[in-house]
Amino acid sequence: MDTIVTRTGFWFVVILLAIVAVALAQDAGYAAHMTIVALAAGVCLIVSMTNVDYTAVANGILRAPADPSRYDDDPIRWGVIATVFWGIVGFLVGVFIALQLAYPQLNFEPYLNFGRVRPLHTSAVIFAFGGNALIATSFYVVQRTCRARLAFPQLARFVFWGYQLFIVLAATGYLLGVTQSKEYAEPEWYVDWWLTIVWLAYLAVFVGTIVKRSEPHIYVANWFYLGFIITVAMLHVVNNLDMPVSLFGSKSYPLFAGVQGALVQWWYGHNAVGFFLTAGFLAMMYYFVPKQAERPIYSYRLSIIHFWSLIFLYIWAGPHHLHYTALPDWAQTLGMVFSVMLWMPSWGGMINGLMTLNGAWDKIRTDPIIRMMVMSLAFYGMSTFEGPLMSIKSVNALSHYTDWTIGHVHSGALGWNGLITFAAVYYLVPRLWGRERLYSLRMVNWHFWLATMGIVFYAGSMWVAGITQGLMWREFGADGYLVNSFADTVAAIHPMYALRALGGALYLAGGLVMVWNVWATILGHLRTEAPMSDAAFDPAKDRPIVAVPAE
Amino acid sequence: MSTHSTYNMLRHLADSWGLLVMLLVFLTLALWPFRPGARRRNSDAANLIFKDDHDGE
Repeated sequence: MDTIVTRTGFWFVVILLAIVAVALAQDAGYAAHMTIVALAAGVCLIVSMTNVDYTAVANGILRAPADPSRYDDDPIRWGVIATVFWGIVGFLVGVFIALQLAYPQLNFEPYLNFGRVRPLHTSAVIFAFGGNALIATSFYVVQRTCRARLAFPQLARFVFWGYQLFIVLAATGYLLGVTQSKEYAEPEWYVDWWLTIVWLAYLAVFVGTIVKRSEPHIYVANWFYLGFIITVAMLHVVNNLDMPVSLFGSKSYPLFAGVQGALVQWWYGHNAVGFFLTAGFLAMMYYFVPKQAERPIYSYRLSIIHFWSLIFLYIWAGPHHLHYTALPDWAQTLGMVFSVMLWMPSWGGMINGLMTLNGAWDKIRTDPIIRMMVMSLAFYGMSTFEGPLMSIKSVNALSHYTDWTIGHVHSGALGWNGLITFAAVYYLVPRLWGRERLYSLRMVNWHFWLATMGIVFYAGSMWVAGITQGLMWREFGADGYLVNSFADTVAAIHPMYALRALGGALYLAGGLVMVWNVWATILGHLRTEAPMSDAAFDPAKDRPIVAVPAE
Repeated sequence: MSTHSTYNMLRHLADSWGLLVMLLVFLTLALWPFRPGARRRNSDAANLIFKDDHDGE
């Protein structure tokens, strides 16, 4: 009873403080955000007051297995559903902004113009879809590889719900115009502080579980997850050292200004790619690929070299985002050299993942989940070759600020991050819900081809658009004047923008096939379908030759 | 110390002792799994994910 009173009192105080903040708010965006905080605290208040076993209710809705395994899988089940949900939101918003670029009439002012919706797309796919996938899989993998239950189960639940609140605050903020205008770090100061708290809780749960492990080894996937969690914490805090104008307003000013500010931003920005989208997803690769292939990683030693090389090299690569700017030349060159060096460990990791299938290559034909993993590793290899290439100054002179960069990012994000996440979701869902198998393997195959075709349309059109832009921008005539106006280049690449939207739509269609498949698997349905592969057999021909008497 | 001399000091540290220390730490960490007798440890670590094939049952 005491705990109920204490908890209810706590949430009541939070609601009161949020209402005071709404009343004193300096701007509409801040007031809207504090209203969301008050509503979230209100939900928590009702949950703690009514004393209903909400875990049981949630498990009923989610059809969790009646006999929960000894691992703490509830936050992982929620995380998998959140991953699929935010993935669809992010892909849908992506298709919308792709259409806005091709057909500008779709810019609905002010809330749905490109400038506000684009960060909604990037944050939805990177932080909501990718972040939920990372949190859910890290909680799954760390328990299995340590053979220990999650440390601090209540804190793990706080991490999940706190992270969803961060996503909602960030997403609504962009549409309301609350932004600090730093790419991939748009949320304002109070949302940053909230994420810092959630992230430290995440670190505590993860490290706590490793500390209480019953395995002597710490499996390499956990190294990658830990590298990702610690580095993201460091990047996030340093890049968001801001001074708010008022505690009751959304506006803040950064500590670093000018070229220092730009360098800190791209040190953050590139390492968000390096540690959020690479190290974290490599952790997924190092667990789920060997498990699905049913054979250990090709070389454990190579995986350790892969890990330390990424950690030591990635952190220096950021300046390649600032070629030919006010950044000192030596810093630009340093960024370029480290980016080129990164190619080697990246390909070492790709080879390590692919060679895990050595002796079982037939699984690419028979198992669509393995096929997804292999395609994902192929895109990891392709984009980690393309990235170093684009970081070379003379190539960057052509590619920078063009759609080539957008194509590069999407071959990495859709190909590598997307496909490995889908494969992990397909691996996890039957196991987490205690189902015999997925609803349909053939639908995984459909998802694979829709996604792959989508990426081909996307990356292909952006390569053509980017190189067209780069060549048209730099072309000048005999008199020394530029030949093309900016609007000329926009008109030239319009067909490519339409094709890009088609690619995005195909990728979204694949995502919808996944929703259907995951949903039916959770409900426990099994689709009656022909197996993916079988040796040929024709009963009509399965008979001896009978001698026919001569006439 | 003035901003410029702090910059100079860090700049020279970064391309001399700082660089050497980081290189040595990196080489030690990367070569650690190749030390004699690590083969069994590596193969144990690579196979530990299959110890529990029924995922907690």
